[in-house]
Parts: sequence; structure tokens; C-alpha cells
Amino acid sequence: MKLDAKIPSGPIGDKWDKARFELKLVNPANKRHHKLIIVGSGLAGASAAASLAELGYDVDCFCFQDSPRRAHSIAAQGGINAAKNYQNDGDSVYRLFYDTVKGGDYRSREANVYRLAQVSVNIIDQCVAQGVPFAREYGGVLANRSFGGAQVSRTFYARGQTGQQLLLGAYSALNRQIAQGKVKMHPRTEMLDLVVVDGHARGIITRDLITGEIRPWAADAVLLATGGYGNVFYLSTNAKNCNVTATYRAYKRGAGFANPCFTQIHPTCIPVSGDYQSKLTLMSESLRNDGRVWVPRNKADVNKPPNDIPPDDRYYYLEERYPSFGNLVPRDVASRAAKKVCDDGYGVSKTGEAVYLDFATAIERDGKAAIEDRYGNLFEMYERITGENPYKTPMRIYPAVHYTMGGLWVDYNLMSTIPGLHVLGEANFSDHGANRLGASALMQGLADGYFVIPYTIGNYIATHYHGEVSTKHPAFARAEAEVRERQRKLLEIGSKSGSKRKSVDYFHRKLGKIMWEYCGMARNAAGLEQALAQIPELREQFWDHAFVPGGADELNPWLEKAGRIADFLEFAELMCHDALYRDESCGGHFREEHQTEEGEAVRRDDEFAHGAVWEYTGVGTKPALHKEPLEFENVKLTTRSYK
Amino acid sequence: MDIKLKIWRQSGPKQAGFFEDHRVEADPHMSFLEMLDVLNEQLLEAGKDAVAFDHDCREGICGACSMVIDGNPHGPRAGTTACQLHMREYHDGDEIVIEPWRAAAFPIVKDLVVDRSAFDRIQHAGGYVSVGTGSAPDANTIPIGKRESDQAFDYAACIGCGACVAACPNASAMLFVSSKVAHLSLLPQGKVERKARVRNMVAAMDAEGFGGCTNHGECEAACPKSISVDAIALLNREYLYAGLARD
Repeated sequence: MKLDAKIPSGPIGDKWDKARFELKLVNPANKRHHKLIIVGSGLAGASAAASLAELGYDVDCFCFQDSPRRAHSIAAQGGINAAKNYQNDGDSVYRLFYDTVKGGDYRSREANVYRLAQVSVNIIDQCVAQGVPFAREYGGVLANRSFGGAQVSRTFYARGQTGQQLLLGAYSALNRQIAQGKVKMHPRTEMLDLVVVDGHARGIITRDLITGEIRPWAADAVLLATGGYGNVFYLSTNAKNCNVTATYRAYKRGAGFANPCFTQIHPTCIPVSGDYQSKLTLMSESLRNDGRVWVPRNKADVNKPPNDIPPDDRYYYLEERYPSFGNLVPRDVASRAAKKVCDDGYGVSKTGEAVYLDFATAIERDGKAAIEDRYGNLFEMYERITGENPYKTPMRIYPAVHYTMGGLWVDYNLMSTIPGLHVLGEANFSDHGANRLGASALMQGLADGYFVIPYTIGNYIATHYHGEVSTKHPAFARAEAEVRERQRKLLEIGSKSGSKRKSVDYFHRKLGKIMWEYCGMARNAAGLEQALAQIPELREQFWDHAFVPGGADELNPWLEKAGRIADFLEFAELMCHDALYRDESCGGHFREEHQTEEGEAVRRDDEFAHGAVWEYTGVGTKPALHKEPLEFENVKLTTRSYK
Repeated sequence: MDIKLKIWRQSGPKQAGFFEDHRVEADPHMSFLEMLDVLNEQLLEAGKDAVAFDHDCREGICGACSMVIDGNPHGPRAGTTACQLHMREYHDGDEIVIEPWRAAAFPIVKDLVVDRSAFDRIQHAGGYVSVGTGSAPDANTIPIGKRESDQAFDYAACIGCGACVAACPNASAMLFVSSKVAHLSLLPQGKVERKARVRNMVAAMDAEGFGGCTNHGECEAACPKSISVDAIALLNREYLYAGLARD
């Protein structure tokens, strides 16, 4: 596996201009002859499908949801960053770039991040033109807020539903192309394999989730915009159907998987209430702008009603430990601090795994109406789920898996190690390093789809076109046969397992427990070895006892789930290998062996300032490691400090 | 808490459906869908086919969940999707009846799963501003009053779940269509194409076989995002304006 990041030479500020000039173009009249497959219809997929169809390409877009509008981007709450500097508070492209590289704990690629900051300004323009109703000031201009530890106000937002509004914008642009016949949309259609012909990605195998039909699709290039793998933990803030299958199948076909251990644990989620818990709900990070995080100072008070605990007996641990950033420290820092106070026995709620997020000070200062205006819908959501009123009693929160920074390795042009296979949005690894800053996921998804891939895909087509390929090519038949065989096996387990049968969710929950315990907020070598021993055992039990009802030729949600969980059961091992290999703490990856006396993360730049890119070598065998050294020409590596 | 369930089972669009009785032990802190998960787990461990229902984000925003609970789309709690409904709304011993959305334009796929692709096709007819990637002016070029923007947002909050159709005695899609028409016609960016948009979207809605609006207002009561029927008045105004216009 050769890793050539194809970073343009020259000063950081000129790289993207230089690349755009050097990237080859496809003649406008020829674009319609080039077929592109896009898998996923979230921010990255929908924006790419719309933009590429506008350019004239012949696009097929696939999603497993019943409508592209339901992709999980819809659930993003807080906002989207852009270096507009509308607030005149010192922001710039360079500052957004710098903050993102630093926030990522120096494990991202400078050139990609700079480009992201550059195109961020165009994204806001595009979205406003589509009719996205961002928050505005009375004078009619756009409003901004500071978000997730940023010291400038560069976040654009649409109440607590920014992801929804941005996705509906991208969906509307996609709809326009569908109406014009330039995008053929295939909802309720799941990609089950990638087809590689002569070393190039030339198609996919899909299952129609209504009829069960398995069929091949050929194209000139394949774009994956299939999101992250947070559901490997079973409980996460991801939608229930989010999965790793598309990217993992591509990995098995030869695409390098980079930094899979980089997962983000979001500090403000509603805590687990019982064993039946099916998912966790995020409470937007924006709440930390006004909410104060605390636990009782005395262990004796953990079961007391919070309003009965006097101010002096409350430990505002973020404000005390990090005086300059206080409650707004980055996500990884806030999450670990919550874990620490709970591990030390100060956690509240019946599980002991929760801390308070208190709005009393803000309500007293700004009035209830102002707080309601800012967070009304979030407070309502909290009340619906917990039955408690956050205007009167502090919210209870705890960290939960939220986003995955790792993903398929891509070069500067968003192409994976398989020529022709491009990867966009959360599915790739490129921009967030070891920790993503708040309001940057929406920015990256739309940057990749609207403003990067339209330029870079042309270069691939112009320089690599090998002529039309048909689904008659034997590589398609081979991949299709493998998909069918796997499906047959999944349906067969139930008939053999008899009274020992278990639902597929049973195995998913077990896997989640292993991953949360050993590969969650804090990791160590011994624990990871444990996980690496337990995962193959669980995988074996799955293939012996997982019961999938029904047949292959109908809507069968359990067959869909079984396939995804089977992939998670292999992928989890890859994650643990990576976490074990990365013998340092950085961003969301905290190795207990590497911390200061105060419990802060210790990076090892001499050994680990690289992307760890893994190559598939077979199920249950250790993948082969490749490294992409990260060169920092602009940002000086320092210890992140939010004190 | 001991809950009795009467659930609609239907193996496919052409097959006859029927109610099936089940019992489930629920916890008041469970969400409604988690209660169904528990039921499904019971069914699967007994080697039976489980109940199919659409769901995804489970936080009330994707619009996937779609079930009529005791006659109410999304259940008894106002402004709440089925996935955000919690069992604390119920009592020990309650019987709950669960059915799919029922509308000719939403054919049943299986059990509680229906086909809502008609909604996408209505959006294809004009639910957008025709602006290609790259051709947008600076975002602050056109000021938009906070009031107009907030109002547009109220309509843009539609999650496309179809509860409005399920609640309407005529199975009309007027609230769904009008929320998009209202969202875009309130913003300067959407005004340019307002006439064509309202004509085309209404025509697409009619072609899909949704019923007409006769002002029952059930849609607003059922909408999990509490979208006001004012949107329908706005659509009617836009439609009239488009009809009277010269072009």
C-alpha cells in the first residue's frame, strides 16, 4: 500500500489555488458520459450528488433510509463554523485553520485543514442562497455564537437544528437535480460491497431493502459518504441504523483505514437510564455557553436533590481546573473530566454516572425568557426524555460516543488507496485529527461535497479513465456471489441455533460493552489485549447463535442489522489494534499509561506524529500498518492547554 | 409495568392485515420504541418474526418513525414523535393499539412500515431554490428581518414524517406541502420562483392521490413539530396569487 498524500507544494495559503489550477478538467460535453456512484445522502453525499450533477456528471445516489432527507446529518444540533469574521472579533481563515489543527491535537493534515477553513466561507453563502433560515439579528444580518471552546464567534446556527436545516438545503439541491433527471436516487438501497476492476473502484453491489434484490452497479468512480462508525459501541448518539459496512467493505477490498481508534466522546449527553437503553441523546454543546458543570463537593451529597446543595458545597470542576476556558474546554477534555469525577465517586443519578449542567446562574443573570429563546427546544427535549424540568432543576449529563474522526484514508483529493474510490465527510479521516472541534462536522461534510470533490473528481476522470466497464465483468459476478453467500449464512444461523438463539441486538450490546469498557474514554494496553481476546469469541458466538427471522426476498430489518453487526464484530478488532498500537495520549484517544500527574493527556510526537493506516490481511489476523508522516510547517506543536 | 399491545401485522402490501395481541413488561423510563424493542427481542428469542417499524435517529428529528398509537399519529403527547414518547405517559395494565399510517398515498410495506416516497416526489416538483453550487452571493448581501426568518424557520422545521396525512380525515398532504411553500415564500431567496413552485407542488400533491384540505385542523394537532395551519392559509394565498398572475 502506497500512501501519497499529494499535498501541493508551496505556502499553505496558495496550495488549494495551485491544486485547482493543476487539477485536470473534463470537457463539459463529456461529463454526461461519466457515471458516478455516490453512497450516502447526508451533508457530504447530498451536496456532492447535487454539485456533480450540476456540473453534468451522470450520478446515481444510494441511501438505505426511505428518503435522502433522513440521513443522520439531520440530527446535528449546534452549528457550523465559518471564518467569515462577521463579528469583527479577530477571526480569519488562518485562525480557524490553527484552532482546528490544535483542537485535533496535531494529528491532522495541515493542507486539508487549511483548505477546509478557506472554503468554509463559501458554504455559508451557498446555504443562505438555498433558503437555510440561519439565526439573524434584528437588523437582518446573520447571527453568530462562540461554540465549543472557540474564543471567537464564528458559529452559524439555526436554533438547535442546524444539521436539519443544512441537510434540507442540500436535499433541496439534490431534489432539483433528481427532477431534472441528472441524479437517479435509490432510497432504501444498501451498499453491501465494493467492486474493484483492475485495481480501480468501478462499482458496487447493493440490496434493495424492500424486495431484497441484490444487484450490481458499474461506474467510472465511486464516492462513499456513509458517515462514521460510532455505533460499534452500541450506545451512541448516532441514529440506530448508522453503520460501518460500506467503509469496512471497502477496507476489505484494499482501502487503507486510518486512525480507527480516534473516536469522539461528547461531554453533554443524557445519561443511560436502564439496560433497555437503545441509544443516547446529545444535548447540544451550546448549552455549555450558559450552563455550569458541577458535582457535589462531598460524596455524602451525591444522592441529595441538587437544589438542596449550597453553592459552597458544589464543585465546579471545569471552572476550577481550567480557569481560562472554564465550561467551554474542548470535548475530549470535558468528557475526561466528567469521567474522572464520576470514577472518584462524585457522580450523581442512580448509576453514579452523571454530572450536573446547571442554568440557575444564567437564568438569574439573563432571565428565563432569554434562556428559553436560546435553548427552548433543547430544554423541551430533555424534559420529554427524563421527565425533569431543567429550568428548575439542573440537567444531568454524561459523555457518550458521538463522532468518529478516523475513517478511510484519503489523499488531498479525497481519494482512498483504491484509485477511483473517493471518501467524503465523516467516513474519511482527513480533517479533525484526534479530536473534532464543535461545529466542524457540518463544515467538513459540506466542504467535501460542495467545494472539494467537484474539482478533484474531474482530475481523476481526466487522468485515469479506462473506458466503460459493464456489470458483465467477472469482478461483479464474484462480488455479488460473495454477498449472496454471506446473506445465506446469516439466514441459516437461526435454523441451527435452536433454543440457544439470541437476537442480533444481543450480540451488538455485548460488543458495545466490550468497546466502551476497553476502548472508550480511557484505554490501556492490558484492557485492549482483553478486548482483542473477547471480540473473536463474541464473533464466533454470533455466527453460532444469532437468530435472523424471515427471508432474503422481503423487507427484513433483522437481516439488515445482522449484516451490519457482523461487520462491526470484525471492525471492532481493527479499532483495538489501532488503539493498542498508538502508545500515546492524543485528543479523544487517552492511553492511561501516558498522562501527567494532573491527569492531562501526554502526546509522543517523536513516535506518533503520523496517521496510522491499516491494510486488511484477513479476518482475525492483525492488519498491516502503514504510516503517513504528518508534517507541521505552519503550526508549532505544543501541549494543548486550556488552563 | 405490564402493558397489553394490539399491533397491526401485515406481511406485505397486497396481503390482508390483522391485529395481534402481545404483552410486555415495560419500565416508565423507557421510550415507546424501546418498549417495542423489548417486545421484538421476546419474539425473536421465541423464534418468531418481529414487528417491522421505521425508526432511525430516535431523537425526534429524522422523521422516520411513523405509527398511530391509540388513534393518534405519534401518540398522545403533543409536539412529540413516537420515538420521543416515554412509557411514563402510561399506567400499569394499559392496553395500547398500534397501527401504521393509513392513507392511499402511503401504501403499507410491512407491519407498521409504509412507503412515503410520494413526499419526495412532491419536493422534486419545486421544493427548492434554483441556485447552483458556487453561484451564491455573500451571505449578508440580502438582510432578512429576524421576524421573517424566524417565521420561515417555524415552517422549515417540518420533518416529513407524514403524521399530518395520517391524522387528516381526507389524508390530505396540505400541511406538508404548505410548510415548504411557506418556508421558501417568506424568504427573499425563495420569492423568485414562488409562482411556479406553488403550482407545481400542488399539482404533484394531487397526482399522488392525497385528499383535499377541508379545514379540519387535525394535521396541526398531530404535527410533532407543531407546525401551524397558518401555513395552509399562506399556501392558498400563494396559489391564488400564482393563478391571478399574468405569466
